[in-house]
Amino acid sequence: MNNKLVTMAPWLAYFLIFGSLVFAGGDHTIHIASQVIILGLFAIAFNVLFGTTGLLSFGQAIFYGLGAYITGMMAKSFGGDFFVWALLIAPVAAITLSVLLGALSLRLSDVYFTMLTLAFAQLVWGICVKWSSFTGGDDGIQAIPKPELLAGGLNYYIFSFIIVTVCIYLLWRLDRSPFGAVLKGIRQNPTRISFIGLNVFRHKLLAYMISSGFTAVAGGLYAGIDKSIHPDMFVWTMSGSIILMTILGGMRSFFGPLIGVAIFILLEDVIGRSTQYWSFVIGAIMITVVLLFPKGVVGISRHFAGLFAKKGGQLDNP
Amino acid sequence: MSFEIFISQFFGGLSVAMLLFLVASGLTLIFGVAKVFNFAHGSFYMIGAYFSYQAIALFDNFWIGAVAAALGAGLVGMLLEICFIRRIAGREEEGAFQILLTYAFILILDDAVKFIWGPAYKTISKPESLAGSMDFGAVTIPTYNLFIIVLGLVIVVSAWYVLSRTKTGKIILAASTDTQMVGMLGVNVSLVMSLVFGVATAMGGLAGAMAAPLRTIAPGTGVEVIIDSLIVVVIGGLGNFWGALFAALLIGEVNAFGILWMPQWASLLSFAVMIVVLIFKPKGLFSREKGRKKI
Repeated sequence: MNNKLVTMAPWLAYFLIFGSLVFAGGDHTIHIASQVIILGLFAIAFNVLFGTTGLLSFGQAIFYGLGAYITGMMAKSFGGDFFVWALLIAPVAAITLSVLLGALSLRLSDVYFTMLTLAFAQLVWGICVKWSSFTGGDDGIQAIPKPELLAGGLNYYIFSFIIVTVCIYLLWRLDRSPFGAVLKGIRQNPTRISFIGLNVFRHKLLAYMISSGFTAVAGGLYAGIDKSIHPDMFVWTMSGSIILMTILGGMRSFFGPLIGVAIFILLEDVIGRSTQYWSFVIGAIMITVVLLFPKGVVGISRHFAGLFAKKGGQLDNP
Repeated sequence: MSFEIFISQFFGGLSVAMLLFLVASGLTLIFGVAKVFNFAHGSFYMIGAYFSYQAIALFDNFWIGAVAAALGAGLVGMLLEICFIRRIAGREEEGAFQILLTYAFILILDDAVKFIWGPAYKTISKPESLAGSMDFGAVTIPTYNLFIIVLGLVIVVSAWYVLSRTKTGKIILAASTDTQMVGMLGVNVSLVMSLVFGVATAMGGLAGAMAAPLRTIAPGTGVEVIIDSLIVVVIGGLGNFWGALFAALLIGEVNAFGILWMPQWASLLSFAVMIVVLIFKPKGLFSREKGRKKI
């Protein structure tokens, strides 16, 4: 009973916080909250690769941007009613591309993998900027139409909240499934996983495909927030920020990345507006987290929770 | 394409390749010896250029600028190694955290130069003694480009000499193979690592100062440079000194001729070369390992 409560507690908090915003939030709060849940989905999907499987990809912005551009460009050419359908097409396209890129990059490990994903990301970003007749170049695409029902900020937030919740639930189930256990095994000891008779490469590729598909959904949803998309969604600092948010929250916990995104976006809203040296602040936070709190906010709170539990004499509680 | 254009493009590519090699060889040296992937290596190129700009503004001498660039970048590099990079050595998933830590350096150094020197572009002019150009029959080549090629060759040869013919080089190579054993023989390994880091970043800073008269100095140039040197290092094989030289020449020439062939897309050609290499030789052109890993 107690155990079940512990597993469900993050979900309870999730629904309480993001659900209550539907009734209580002003325009600005709703805008921020939309960003948090959409980037939260991106970060949780990224963590399937990083925290779970141990693959540091510096190129997940490819799939984020791809999702945004597919959704945005389709809605722009076929009309607002197509927006929702495009959201379904985006992950299919991203998964197709991820098979190709994954087959090439997952043959390498560690730093080679990271660098190859970065190179692919730069290539895609370069194509997006240079092929301006098709993608709108540096300016991106503005005034993306949406269905009338999703026009307002609040309606769009509810729509995003439902989709993001379904996606996070699927990823949560995946994390706790035997497949998720194999991915964690690959992170800890790939050789042993292959001794059991499982194909490490195929599992890595599946993780890459799943992560990329959900990332594209996040990108597609983001295209609807401000109704505009731009090549910066492909740029490598986008991937870098997602990595930072993931570590900040805690890469060893399922909901950690979402917490990291929330902290990051709130900080950006408060500090980022008042200084032009925002990347300096990001860098300083990153160094602090990497040096002192590699387990992130969730790691710190678990540490303190552990201390209290010992004082209370609940040593048998895992 | 006429012969004259061919030759002048070739020499242009060669000087770009030498600058690229100066940065990439530092990157590959740090990785080969200290097993650290320095994502921020391009940022040392950038601060080298800024240090040289500042020194030239103060002393009005190009060569003092070059020395200031190398010394300054080297010192900042050693400082960052001692204060930060060393702290995470030996941790679980060290590689990922190194990349993130050095990624943070990129962000901080970019903003630091913006804060000190402002966001506007800076320029340095070539030293007067090298400002002219040399005539070789029908072909004219800027003296400065020839100087960079010669300088690059001098550094290649001296680095090779130090690494393979002196005791210092032997200690460095031994420390990269078995840190513990070398430590037990009485060598201060962490000092060696810091020095290697300092020399490598100094080479990056020098490259920045040498490239400054040909390009502009601006915040964010570090990122362009690191991407180019990554391509070079990955093609040549991480930790492979001669591989980096070959790959730098390849990328330099591909860019020089690519710009004639398809001007708009030339900047993407190096990625294409890298991807082709990685498909057939995932660990670089000169690795002995063949094909895919069997896991």
